Amino acid sequence: MAEIRVENVQKSFGAFTAVKGSTFTIEDGEFFVMLGPSGCGKTTTLRMIAGLELPTAGRILLGGEDVTFNRAAARDIAFVFQLFALYPHMNVRANIGFPLKCQGMPRGEIRKAVEEAARLLRIDHLLDRSVSGLAGGDRQRVALGRAIVRRPKAFLMDEPLGTLDTEFRDLMVRELRELHNRIRATTVYVTHDQLEAMAMADKIAVMNHGVIEQFGRPQEIYDRPATMFVADFLGSPPMNFLTFHGAVRRGDTSVRVNGAEVPVPELREDRGEGDLALGIRPEHVFFDDASKLRGSVFGSEYLGTTQIVAVETAHGPIKARLPADRVIRSGETVGLTFRSERLSLFDKGSGRALASALQEGARHG
Amino acid sequence: MADVVLEGVTKRFGATAAVSKLSLSIANGELVVLLGPTGAGKTTTLRLIAGLERADEGSIRIGNRDVTRTEPAGRDVTFVFQQYSLYPHLSVYDNLAFPLRSPQRRVPEGEIKRRITEIATMLRIAHKLQNRATQLSGGEMQRVAIGRALVRRPAIYLMDEPLSSLDAKLRSDLRLELKHIQQDLGATILYVTHDQIEAMTLASRIGVMHQGELVQVGSPREIYQRPANLYVASRLGQPAINLLPAGLIPAGAAPAGAVTVGARTEHFRIEKAANGRANGKVDWIEHLGDQNHLHVSVGDRKMTTLVDPGTELVAGDGLALALVDPLYFDRAGNRIAGGTA
Repeated sequence: MAEIRVENVQKSFGAFTAVKGSTFTIEDGEFFVMLGPSGCGKTTTLRMIAGLELPTAGRILLGGEDVTFNRAAARDIAFVFQLFALYPHMNVRANIGFPLKCQGMPRGEIRKAVEEAARLLRIDHLLDRSVSGLAGGDRQRVALGRAIVRRPKAFLMDEPLGTLDTEFRDLMVRELRELHNRIRATTVYVTHDQLEAMAMADKIAVMNHGVIEQFGRPQEIYDRPATMFVADFLGSPPMNFLTFHGAVRRGDTSVRVNGAEVPVPELREDRGEGDLALGIRPEHVFFDDASKLRGSVFGSEYLGTTQIVAVETAHGPIKARLPADRVIRSGETVGLTFRSERLSLFDKGSGRALASALQEGARHG
Repeated sequence: MADVVLEGVTKRFGATAAVSKLSLSIANGELVVLLGPTGAGKTTTLRLIAGLERADEGSIRIGNRDVTRTEPAGRDVTFVFQQYSLYPHLSVYDNLAFPLRSPQRRVPEGEIKRRITEIATMLRIAHKLQNRATQLSGGEMQRVAIGRALVRRPAIYLMDEPLSSLDAKLRSDLRLELKHIQQDLGATILYVTHDQIEAMTLASRIGVMHQGELVQVGSPREIYQRPANLYVASRLGQPAINLLPAGLIPAGAAPAGAVTVGARTEHFRIEKAANGRANGKVDWIEHLGDQNHLHVSVGDRKMTTLVDPGTELVAGDGLALALVDPLYFDRAGNRIAGGTA
C-alpha cells in the first residue's frame, strides 16, 4: 500500500487541454474519489496515475517513487473498469487466481491468496462454480476479487458501478466501502455520481473543465462549497441559488434580497456592487408566513419520509426538503426563511464563494 | 384520451411467463407508473398495450374498444423510448411536426404550428425550434423526443424509462416538468421505471411488478405506508426498510401472527442511553451531505435509519431504541393491518 502524489500534472490532446495542472496527495489507505461531469478530466487523471496515458507535464509519485514515465505493468496497481470482463470458460477460482498464475506464483500460494480474497468478498462458497451462471452482483465481486488478490499498492476504479440498477448500486456502494474498511488499500475511484462519492470517499476532488475546483472531506465540500459549480454538483436536489444585485462589506451579517432582509454568516471580505448569489441547501429552507421573501408552490414530490417542495420566487426557483406529513398545495403562496448560519454567498460572475464565518466553522470543527 | 383496461393479460416467451394474469385499469387523465427491477415484465406490458407484442391470454381495451388483436397503428397510442431517436437532418420544429404530418392524420399546418408552440413552451425548448436536432444537448434531445409524443393527442402515452439516460440533475428537473405537463394536458400516461424516486414523485398510482405479476397498485402514499407484503415494502424508501424479527425492539403490542417488523426512519424513537437502558449501539454514521444514515446494531441485527445532520451521536454510543406504529408482516410475508393501517 502506498501514498499517491500528483504534482502539477497536465495533459493535452492536440490543442485541447484535458487536465490543467492538478496537484494533490492521496494518503496511504485513503479512499479517494474524483467527481465531476463527463469531460471534466477525471478519467484522464486516473489513466495517468495508472500509466495508460503519459502526462504532458508534471510528476506522479507512487509510494515516494517517481513513476511518471513507468509503464502500467511496472506500477503495481490494479485497475477495475466499468465493464467487468471475466473469462467465461474458467470457474470463479481460476478467474480470481489468473493474475497470480501469470506472475508465476506457486500453486499452493495462489490457492491461499484466492481463498483469502474470496473470504473478504464473501464469495468463498462460489469458488468452484462457473462464472457464466452467476448473478450480476456476484460477477462484479469476482471481478473485484481478481483486482484485490494481487495485493497491489493501489486500486484504480473507473465508474465500476456505472452500468448497474440503482438498487443494486446502493448495495455495491456499501460493499465496496466495507471492503475498503477491511483491507485499507489506497483507492482512487472515478465517478459522476455524487451520492457514490459522498457515501464512499474519505476525500473528494470535484473536477470541472480539467481543473480541481475543490478538494476535501465529503461533508466539508457539501457544507462549505468553494464554488457555485461544486455547490450545484453535490446534493440531490442540489443547492438553491437566489440571485440578486448588490454590494456587501466585511462585517455584514445580512443581505437584502428584493427588500427582504436575509441573515447570513458574518462576511469576511468586501465586495463592490455586482451580481451575487445566495446559496441555500434544500434542507435549510423553512416555510414561514411572516417572511417577506415569498413565492408560489410549483409542485411537491413525495419521497416517503420527506418531500421536496419546489417554490417559484422572483429570484429563481427554490427547492425545500420538508417532512412528508406537511400538506402543501400547488399554487399556494408561501413565505420562506433559511437556516442563516449555513448559507453561502457567491460572486455570480466568477462563481467563487465569498469569505465568511461559514468557512471558519471548517477550521474549528 | 381514454380509459385503458387490461384484463388477465398473459404473455409467454417460451416457458417463461413475462407477464402473468395482469389486470390493471388506467383512468382517463391518470399517470400510472409500473415499478420493478429488470425482468419484472414492465416493458413487456407496455409493448402489449402498444401492440408490439400479442397477448397469449386476456384482453386489452382502450376507450371501451377491444384492441387485443388490433395492429399497433390502429391503437391510438404513442411510445417514448429510453433512447431518444430524432431525425438528425431535420430541425427541432420539423422533428416535432413529423408525427402530425403523417399522411393518415393530415393535420393542417396552422394547427401543427399552434400545437408545437404550446408543447415547446411547456418543455422550454421554444428558443431551439430552428436548431438542427444534432445541435442540442442530451437533455434537450430528450425533451424533443418527449415533445414529439406530446404533440399528438393519443388515447394513452406509453413511456419506457424516458429519463434514465439523463444525468441526475436533468432527470429531477424533467420529472417535475413532466408531471406538470401531464396535469395541464390531462394526459393519460403509463410510465415504466426501476427508479423508486421517479415512481414516488410522478405517479397518481404505482403498480409494483415482480416476476411478471402485478403485486400491488395504489397511490405512492398507500404503497409506501401500507405495502401489501415484504417485497413491496422493501422496494420503497431510502434508506431501505429494516426488516426485523418481531419483539427485537420494543414497539407496543404486536398484532397476532406478526413474525416480521418493518421499521423505517419515521417509526424509530432513538435516544442516547447509558449501558443499563441501552438496547443497541451506533456502528457508524454515514454522512451523505443532506441526509445522514445512522447504522445501528441491536444484538447481531443491523439496521439503518436517517439522522439529523447536526446529530451529536458518535460511533460506539449506546442507544435506547423503540418503535412507534411500525409495519407488521406474517409468516408468509403479507402485511397484517395494525398500527399505521
